[in-house]
Amino acid sequence: MATTTAATRGKSSGIKVTDAPAARGGSVGTSGAVQNTRWQQADVREVIRLSPSIVVLRLSLPARVDHLPGQHYVVRLTADDGYSASRSYSIASAPDDELVELCVERLADGEVSGYLYDELQPGDQLEVRGPIGGWFVWDAGKPALGIGGGSGVVPIVAMARHADHTGAPDRLRIAASGRTPHELPYYQELRDYGATVALTRHPNATPGVLGRRLAAEDLAPLMDGAATAYVCGSAGFAESISQQLLMLGYPQSRIRLERFGPT
Amino acid sequence: MAFASRGFGGRPHRQRDERLPPGQYDVGSDWPVLTAEVTPRFSLDNWTFTIDGLVGMTHTWSFQDIRALPESRYDGDIHCVTTWSKLGTSFTGVSVDSLIAQVQVAPEAEFVLATSTTGYTTNLPLADLTGGKAWLVWEHEGKPLTAEHGGPIRLLVPHLYFWKSAKWITKFTLLDHDEPGFWERNGYHDRGDPWKEQRYQGD
Repeated sequence: MATTTAATRGKSSGIKVTDAPAARGGSVGTSGAVQNTRWQQADVREVIRLSPSIVVLRLSLPARVDHLPGQHYVVRLTADDGYSASRSYSIASAPDDELVELCVERLADGEVSGYLYDELQPGDQLEVRGPIGGWFVWDAGKPALGIGGGSGVVPIVAMARHADHTGAPDRLRIAASGRTPHELPYYQELRDYGATVALTRHPNATPGVLGRRLAAEDLAPLMDGAATAYVCGSAGFAESISQQLLMLGYPQSRIRLERFGPT
Repeated sequence: MAFASRGFGGRPHRQRDERLPPGQYDVGSDWPVLTAEVTPRFSLDNWTFTIDGLVGMTHTWSFQDIRALPESRYDGDIHCVTTWSKLGTSFTGVSVDSLIAQVQVAPEAEFVLATSTTGYTTNLPLADLTGGKAWLVWEHEGKPLTAEHGGPIRLLVPHLYFWKSAKWITKFTLLDHDEPGFWERNGYHDRGDPWKEQRYQGD
C-alpha cells in the first residue's frame, strides 16, 4: 500500500494584505451573471440586527457591478497584524437597490459573523469582493420556484424583491422554512409576499403558517410551470427538499442547489 | 497603508497551523457538504470509469477491474474554496497513475475534463492528475465514502481546491486544450491552487 502525504505541506502561507490588481476583474457565467472579483472597500451605511442571530448589512460600493439574485459577496476582515479571514454571504437586495444588502447569520464561535454582528457599525469600512457566482442565479425571466431553509432564504428574498421590482411577482413562487421567526430572516416580508412559510420549532400556532417541516404536499402546488427550482439551505435541508421534488416528478436537471455547510 | 478592519482581532492565531493555506480555516472534525446538484444514488456494481479523448484506445474499467489495481492511500489535508480546510484526514482508493498507465496517452494531451455521473465537470491539467497527486477513492478514514461526500467513488486531487475533486466520478477526457468545467464556466479558477489563492477567474 502506497502512502502519500500532501506535497505542499509546510509551504509558506503569508497572508495577503494588499492585492495585486486582478488580471481580469469580470467574467460572465453560464446564466448571464457578471462576476467581479476585485476587492473594494464598501461604506457601511446600515447595520440592522433582525434578531439575536441575524444581522443585515447595507453597503455602498465605490465600484459596484450589478448582480443577479442568487449571487454572493466575499467579506474579508483584516487584523492590525495582517491576519485575515473571509467568508461568503448571499445578497438579499434586488439589483436596482441603490445599496447592496447582505444578510449574515451569527454562528456560535463565528470568527467573521461574530464580528459583523457584534462590532460592525454604520460608518465603518468593510472590504468586499463580488458579485460572485454564475450558477445559482435567477434573472426573473422564466417562472421559478425558490425554496429556502433558515438563512438559506436570503438569495430567495433577493429573487422575490427582483420579481417585485420587475413587475413579475407571479414568476416566482416561494416556500421557506425556519425553526422560529427569529431564525428565518425576512419572515414577515416572505409572508407578505405570499410565500408558503413553515416554522418547525415555534411553540404557538400562527394562522397561515405551517407548524411543521415542508412536505411534498406543500411543494406540489408550487412547482407547476417552474422552469427551475432553486433550493438553498443546510446540507440536510437541501437534500430533503430535492428528494421530495424528485419524488413529485420534478426533473433533476432543473433543480439548482446552494448548500450551507455546518461551518 | 494596508487596510485593517476596525476592532477586528480574529481568533487567536499566533500559532496558525502551517498546513493551512492563506485565507483558510481549520474546520476540525466536521466535513461540510457543498454540491450544486441533487445527490445521485448508484451502486458500484453498475458503475464504470472511462478514459477517452486523446488516448490510443478508449479504456473502460469496472469497479472490479479497479479493485484489482494496487490500493493507494492519501494521508493529508483538503481545502475547500469556501475557506474551510480539513487537516490530517485520509482516503483510500487507487492512484490515477495506475489508470493512466493502462492507456496510451497521446503526446499532445495536456488537459483533462473530468465528468461525474451527474454530468458535473471540472477541468485540470494532466500534470495535476499524475505523479502521485490524484486518486479515485471509495473510503474516507476507513469507512465507505457516503453519497453526499461523493460516494461510492470520487476523484481526489487534494493539492487543488476541492471542487476539482469531482464527486461520483465516471470519466476523464484527455484534451490538447483547457476546457472549462461546471464551476470554471461559472467564475471559478481554471487551476485552483489553494497556496496561490486561485479561487476565482482572474485570481
